[in-house]
Amino acid sequence: MAGKYFGQPILRNEDAQLLSGKARFIDDIDLPGMLHAAFLRSDFAHARIKKIDYSAALKRSGVVAVYTAEDFGDFWRPGPLQVPPPTAIKGSVFNARTLVPIAKDKVRFSGEPLAVIIAESRYIAEDAFDDIIVEIEPLDAVNDLEKALEPGAPLVHEDLDSNLAADVVQERGNYEEARAKADVVISRKILVNRNAGAALENRGFVVEWEERSRQMTVWATTQAPIPLRNTIAARMGLFENQVRVITPFIGGGFGPKIMTSQADDVLLPWIAMKLKRPIKWIEDRRENFLATTSERDQVHYAEIALTKEGTILGVKDVFYHNTGAYDPYGMTVPLNTQTHTVSNYRVPNFYTQIKMVFTNQMVVTPVRGAGRPQGVFVMERLMDAAARELNMDPAEIRMKNLLIPDEFPLRTGIIGQDFVEGVLDSGNYKKNLEKTMEIVGYEKFRKEIQPKLRAEGKHVGIGIVTFTEGTAVGPYEGARVTIGANGKVNVATGISTQGQGHFTSFAQIVAEQVGIDVKDINVVTGDTAHFHWGAGTFASRGAAVAGSAIHNAAVKVREKIFSLASKIFEEPEENLEVGDGKVWVKSNPSQSMLLGDLALRANPTRGTIEPGVEPGLEATAYYGPPYGATGAGAVAMIVNLDPETMQVKVEHFVIVHDCGTAINPMILEGQVYGGISMGIGNAFYEKMVYDDNGQLLSASFMDYLMPQATDMPAKMELGHLVTTTPLNTLGIKGVGEAGAIPTPAAFVQAVEDALHGQVEIMESNLNPSRIFEYLQKKQ
Amino acid sequence: MKPVPFNYFAPTSVEEALDKLAELGYDGKILAGGQSLVPAMNFRMARPGALVDLNNIPELAYIKPTSEGGLAIGTMTRDSKVEHDPKVIEMFPLLGEVMPNIAHAQIRNRGTFGGSIAHADPAGQLPAISIALDANLFIQSKSKERWVKATDFFTGPFMTVLDPDDMLVEIVLPPHLPHTGSSYQQVSRQRGGYAQAAVASVVTLDDQNRCKEARVVLISVGDTPILSARAKEILVGQKPTAEAFKEVAQAIAANEIDPATDIHATADYRRHLVEVLVERSLTIAFDRAKKGV
Amino acid sequence: MDKFPITVNVNGVRYDRAVEPRLLLSDFLRHDLCLTGTHVGCEHGICGACTILFDGEPVRSCLIFAVQANGHDIRTVESLGSTENLHPLQEAFHEKHALQCGFCTPGFLMTLIPFLEKHPKPTEEEIREAIDGNICRCTGYENIIQAVKLASEKMPR
Repeated sequence: MAGKYFGQPILRNEDAQLLSGKARFIDDIDLPGMLHAAFLRSDFAHARIKKIDYSAALKRSGVVAVYTAEDFGDFWRPGPLQVPPPTAIKGSVFNARTLVPIAKDKVRFSGEPLAVIIAESRYIAEDAFDDIIVEIEPLDAVNDLEKALEPGAPLVHEDLDSNLAADVVQERGNYEEARAKADVVISRKILVNRNAGAALENRGFVVEWEERSRQMTVWATTQAPIPLRNTIAARMGLFENQVRVITPFIGGGFGPKIMTSQADDVLLPWIAMKLKRPIKWIEDRRENFLATTSERDQVHYAEIALTKEGTILGVKDVFYHNTGAYDPYGMTVPLNTQTHTVSNYRVPNFYTQIKMVFTNQMVVTPVRGAGRPQGVFVMERLMDAAARELNMDPAEIRMKNLLIPDEFPLRTGIIGQDFVEGVLDSGNYKKNLEKTMEIVGYEKFRKEIQPKLRAEGKHVGIGIVTFTEGTAVGPYEGARVTIGANGKVNVATGISTQGQGHFTSFAQIVAEQVGIDVKDINVVTGDTAHFHWGAGTFASRGAAVAGSAIHNAAVKVREKIFSLASKIFEEPEENLEVGDGKVWVKSNPSQSMLLGDLALRANPTRGTIEPGVEPGLEATAYYGPPYGATGAGAVAMIVNLDPETMQVKVEHFVIVHDCGTAINPMILEGQVYGGISMGIGNAFYEKMVYDDNGQLLSASFMDYLMPQATDMPAKMELGHLVTTTPLNTLGIKGVGEAGAIPTPAAFVQAVEDALHGQVEIMESNLNPSRIFEYLQKKQ
Repeated sequence: MKPVPFNYFAPTSVEEALDKLAELGYDGKILAGGQSLVPAMNFRMARPGALVDLNNIPELAYIKPTSEGGLAIGTMTRDSKVEHDPKVIEMFPLLGEVMPNIAHAQIRNRGTFGGSIAHADPAGQLPAISIALDANLFIQSKSKERWVKATDFFTGPFMTVLDPDDMLVEIVLPPHLPHTGSSYQQVSRQRGGYAQAAVASVVTLDDQNRCKEARVVLISVGDTPILSARAKEILVGQKPTAEAFKEVAQAIAANEIDPATDIHATADYRRHLVEVLVERSLTIAFDRAKKGV
Repeated sequence: MDKFPITVNVNGVRYDRAVEPRLLLSDFLRHDLCLTGTHVGCEHGICGACTILFDGEPVRSCLIFAVQANGHDIRTVESLGSTENLHPLQEAFHEKHALQCGFCTPGFLMTLIPFLEKHPKPTEEEIREAIDGNICRCTGYENIIQAVKLASEKMPR
């Protein structure tokens, strides 16, 4: 598939701006007369609001206005259900309790907004916190996922009988029958902890209401600009074209920036219209931890049934999923867990049940990985437990059960986050594992290196796991490609960009079709004035879904070039060639025309055009997959553990990944490296900890430990396989979340191995102290 | 995360600073490097009414030899200056080991030697090091001046003998005796992060290779840095042996520390770490003392 | 609160301004001087996005008050190359794909400029330690390390 531009490691168009400090991020926006917002947030996780008195705040110099829920009148209402539950799953229960923009009567998580202060500066707005008297009646908080469902537990939503947010059973085959036939059945309780997206740039929102033109302009750090525009317009009673959402450069997304209908995007447009002044809110790091969504927290009761030869007969997994205080994002995360628990192995019988639970914690929505790391962690831990039980090598038992290419496409029988039955489209899972073992030197490590190092007293261990990544889900994206009279190309699409390199990779797709250099292609993402249909950047779908739409549009433009040039040159289309910014006659290259000139000719001022011909060298196209494409891979990791201090160093990390066609291998590798660092963070450093009162104890970078350069593996190696997906013309599967998915499972396995299998670890986030506890318990 | 308003004073001499501190009393707070104070102010956990900024007093930043053969370090000497001063490293190799562990380079470029000691964070390195090196601290106020041994300086977490109008002006490190060795051992979650536990040992041998002095200081396992009494009792007068180190380590872990459980580590783990690190640090320190390093 | 007059030299340009004592240097640079290349990621001194040079040494601009910059010399990312003419360190970041969202990048650059002056031929370990006080959420650091190696070859010494 690789061409002159497509498939090449082309350096990024956007770098120069970013490197020279000339890229505009949200907090760089400064408008005349702009006011600043700050949210007074609840210190309590669960409480009844008695009274909020902000009269003193209004007297403070520089404070312009203060609002509580009451002040918004009828405008206050719970937000939309952003992701509805899939109706295709029969018998499922889903209780929608969507996020409210600002707490009214009751507080349901620590950090929930109680009041919004508008002031001349952020400094003054924060000063006003001290002026507001909040009378509150604290309630017992709901934190423990299992206790939350016990009778008598305090209720997060008192209009419900319990804290159950959803109960979903999905099944294929018959697990109980399989279990009855099994030689070995292994049951484990498995815990996955909570992590933050922690993009380096916090969220932000700037809104301006221009009264004369009746236009609202919003700058936001959103991953989903069009849904944000739509919800703002709907709430404000405006037409969609009266609201323009612009995403400036965004300092990382990782999931939480998908959310809409939060305090900022609901309340600030209303306030801006009322005060007739632009308003800016820039989230600070503390707020980001307290009140931006995060993910992972699950408790699994999982079981695997096998023959004594290690063939899987069935898997059962009943798990509790923490959705936090509200569930506006439906069941995306736990559905991903269900689809990723058994996707790469041959599991004829599978029973999986979600019990989604409301707690007095921040709302849970996808964070890079989005339910997949949990599913993979559970399955890989079961495989390891089975390998131990059956005295098999961890690689051997995996190899035995991995699906093979002949089995694709494989209908999984499990409905996924895109509301349709999952289908594994293509892949070569065994090859991924083989290649990983080869690069890491698995056999040699097991047979020679590890015994030798162990004899020297070293505690070295290896972990080896496999995974899939369901990517590139619908509904659709679109794009418009336009060649300008300047001979350059403008590409507009509806998704937004948070560092994925779209300004280059999308340009490569277009360059390949229209023969104009990548540097001369301007890609616009995340501006609803430029393109106003689409969903957003999530679920590793940007390159595959928006990329395919862009490709389709570029192909149409190419056709227009040939069609018009054919008429001008009076030559059949097949005699023409396009490249280097021009079109020419193959047999007579001197007969050529610059594409800029052709673009002018495509939009004549006088004369006539043939019926059916559309003006301009421009085309718009859309793409929507019937179901998502599934990437896959394998990871091996060698760790060295200090048996006295329990410090763990990752010595060697190998990942072999197959995401189909690569648009830009350099960018692809960057995505994988980034995912790995998040995976290592999730496994050994990052952990959101709530106490029994629902207080977040890790609300700063002092306590939420972000992986640093010295925490990364001493040696990292990437291997690539390419199994193209038949689902789109380009053969692309997504890759954005890959590195984060398998890493905790590999890490824990490697740590167990380093400890000579003395302990079994069934939780996804370790630290030296925790490893010490395991060993103490063992003694 | 913006600080509350405060009054700001930027004296250009020690005298002027002491006058201002005396005038402000409990409302005043010294701003040295600010690398602990400003984050606390940004979180609005610290809300001083007034800051007296010492950054415009050049006379407070120096490293100079003392007549006794030690070093005197001015309170406003940046951590990075101490870290990269060849004389400091030569005379006090312990500082050479410790300094790179204090947060990150950007913080050490601003953070000050005296500020870190006066801040008295039980997880901070320099308070403990001042004890390990038996530092003498010179304290001045408008009305009085005094010398306090580092051993007597710390009274609790973030608490010292300093009165509101006091300024820690100078830290004097007495010279090492011959045959002195030292070692710093720290375990933190990440490089540059807080110590989960750390041990600084400074030991001296006599002519017969018996232990003459042993200062073992424990970090992040109590309200203040802890100077071990048991280490001295067990080691002084004895030949240093691996068994003795083990005995010291166990005695300290069992009796002399009071570690806390937090979200990063349990008290048991910290206790275990202290045992491991004391042994490691004594082994290395005595080895260095023998070699005369 | 009274404002204090200050005179600061930023990237070779003299600025005379009056500031409230509590104004953070990061906010002063970004919002008073409109030098928005310096970014703010945590405001408690951990992430390193706001790293600038203060009298030639890298420091966190979120942990210094603007009033303290009076009479001092400051350099920000804007003092390096322009979009058309990148500094060799910036070029190396570009060539090795050492940035993704680019939010942390100015802080890395300002940490590395003096580092490479002091360590013209750094080892990989020295590089890792040098950038340990800067958090990058996107790249996993691997390509940043490669970029610093490349920059050390490119930069004149």
